Amino acid sequence: MDMLRTAYKWAARTARLMVGIPDYETYVQHRRMAHPGEPVMSYEEFYLNRLNARYTIDKDRLRGCC
Amino acid sequence: MSAIPRTVLWLAIVVIGTVSLGVVALHRGETLNAAWLVVAAVCIYFIAYRFYALFIAQKALGVNPARPTPAYVRNDGLDYVPTNRYVVYGHHFAAIAGAGPLVGPVLAAQMGYLPGTLWILAGVVFAGAVQDMTVLFVSTRRDARSLGDIIRAEMGPTAGTVAGIGVLLICVIILAVLALVVVNALAHSPWGTFAVAATIPIALLMGVYNRYVRPGRIGEMSIIGFVLLMAALIYGRTVAETPALASSFTFSGPTLALLIIAYGFCASVLPVWLLLAPRDYLSTFLKIGTIVLLAIGIIIVRPDLQMPAVTRFIDGTGPAWAGSVFPFLFITIACGAVSGWHSLIASGTTPKLIENERDIRFVGYGGMLMESFVAIMAMIGATVIHPGVYFAMNSSGALIGTDVAHAAQVISNWGFSVTPAELTQMAHDVGETSILSRTGGAPTLAVGMATILSGFLGGKALMGIWYHFAILFEALFILTTVDAGTRVLRFMLQDLVGHALPAFRETRSWTNNLVGSALACVLWGYILYQGVIDPFGGIWTLWPLFGTSNQMLAAIALTACTVILFKMKRARYAWVTVVPTAWLVICTVTAGLEKVFSADTKIGFLSHARQFGDAIAAGKVLAPAKTMGEMSRVVFNDYVDATLAALFVAVVLTMVVYGFISIRRAQAAPGVTAREIGAVAA
Repeated sequence: MDMLRTAYKWAARTARLMVGIPDYETYVQHRRMAHPGEPVMSYEEFYLNRLNARYTIDKDRLRGCC
Repeated sequence: MSAIPRTVLWLAIVVIGTVSLGVVALHRGETLNAAWLVVAAVCIYFIAYRFYALFIAQKALGVNPARPTPAYVRNDGLDYVPTNRYVVYGHHFAAIAGAGPLVGPVLAAQMGYLPGTLWILAGVVFAGAVQDMTVLFVSTRRDARSLGDIIRAEMGPTAGTVAGIGVLLICVIILAVLALVVVNALAHSPWGTFAVAATIPIALLMGVYNRYVRPGRIGEMSIIGFVLLMAALIYGRTVAETPALASSFTFSGPTLALLIIAYGFCASVLPVWLLLAPRDYLSTFLKIGTIVLLAIGIIIVRPDLQMPAVTRFIDGTGPAWAGSVFPFLFITIACGAVSGWHSLIASGTTPKLIENERDIRFVGYGGMLMESFVAIMAMIGATVIHPGVYFAMNSSGALIGTDVAHAAQVISNWGFSVTPAELTQMAHDVGETSILSRTGGAPTLAVGMATILSGFLGGKALMGIWYHFAILFEALFILTTVDAGTRVLRFMLQDLVGHALPAFRETRSWTNNLVGSALACVLWGYILYQGVIDPFGGIWTLWPLFGTSNQMLAAIALTACTVILFKMKRARYAWVTVVPTAWLVICTVTAGLEKVFSADTKIGFLSHARQFGDAIAAGKVLAPAKTMGEMSRVVFNDYVDATLAALFVAVVLTMVVYGFISIRRAQAAPGVTAREIGAVAA
């Protein structure tokens, strides 16, 4: 059962990153560890931030198509 | 595992791989089971990954597991996140996999399954995967900088600008050709058109749901979207069978082209959360799901390949595209063997996620091996169908006419006996009125996929559903590409025009976005439209240009990698990138020059323009053109295409010259001159 849950967690993580949304827990952990006391985005804010980042185009962000 | 069983295991893989490849290569006569192809490919991938990729990673590149990657150095929990390598692999594969590896092998199948398969396998092992891994390595060592930045830093600003122009040209061609694939698949197909059109309201609904109702619930939203999509797909049959509905979703090629151009414009100026993001999610998951499904289908059904190993069209007289094996086969299959586009991904988001340099081999080389496997599956999909059906779908109307009786006769005369009834039956099975001249690869692959998938799920009754599912899946991600690509093109145009008109660079200005998008759509739209009305069928004319441009970008990326190896003072291992660079330069330059100058009017744009120009002067109309207006359009487009091909050659040669200059400098310098970013851990 635990194995199934872990497998699901990793599959969901992979699927999310496939569409450009990194792991939220990892983000929160990073903020807590590296920037204690500073604000942490809520999941919704985090999601919109990543959504816009995925499709923002600049010199470093040209998405391929093939 | 102890040392001896491990050696035995690898020996077994080598033996099985060699035997399977031998069977694939030497088999003649009766049909060959696709399993041989799969086993040969998989064994070759394992061997290449275990030995060659390891050699490149450890010896040629010198990956250093102790060197902190950008993901650690710049960790922000957002862009730069140290990520488990399997998760990065999934991300990287989803980013590189696209329409390219599905279409190229299908077109190459006109020469038989063997030439294309051999190039896919050799190309990926020695060129494609090497490029992806090396670019990923180089970018990881440079703070995950983009390929353009790396070229500017290592080879100078001029080389960077030339590479940038190359990317701009590819973008135009890629969008036009991919849109053309969709147009050819949907023309006069109410079922397909309805299902694809339905994706727009479905995506809008998902977008609103995801923005306002349940923000960020990707899983939920995707499931809702998928269910609606399948409902649209199933209802599509009813649409096609109800004359009143069917007529509102039946469009000619030119009308569809205009619709897609208008779609590209509208989509690219809408906010990303509304249409682009939900469509992107759907197409990404559908793409991965379909690839997995197809792999399972091929393994379970183990279909026989109907196409001979080598057909008579090996001599370059084939109906899908013109030209001999060298150089044209090597540009027809671009993605799947080697794709320049991947160098943009490998120097984009992926290097920001790499946890350890050790993972570069798995993600870069391994990711490309998977892409190559997709190409092998596409080759299988194209060759499991009756060769007569294959040629009926991939020859333009100029060659086979527009009625089944004539088409069957022409194709049978080529040596692939087929009856009109067989062609009509296939069209009926997949729920279309006609399958003639559905060029562009996607419909052929869809028939192949329908044949394989209906073999284990649903049988013949579901063939129509599977066919349109395959069309839908390809159209869905091609339209996502059209949207995203138009944005990229707009950005590049803004940047370019911005040199003269700085105000145009402001990307937040609505006027700029509207003008920029319109300009971008006009560029690719023009080429698309010319392809749709091209009497020869646009794929025949445009696919070689697309292939050349994609291989040109690969040549640019590999040149940069070679320069960097020399600057790292690793010249004795530089052959790992020099060999594929040289091969790609030879292929693209030869193909480009032949496309411009060949005296054969089927290949050379200029000689073709001359032939038609002379006819116009003499007041004659040459088939397949029907009017003088069409005649002069053919001539004009020949000149446009010749110019593009010549530009590709110029870009490649310029990069090679800059490459040589940079290498000589690097050799003259006493020490390492590569400009890596970030210190090596003590």
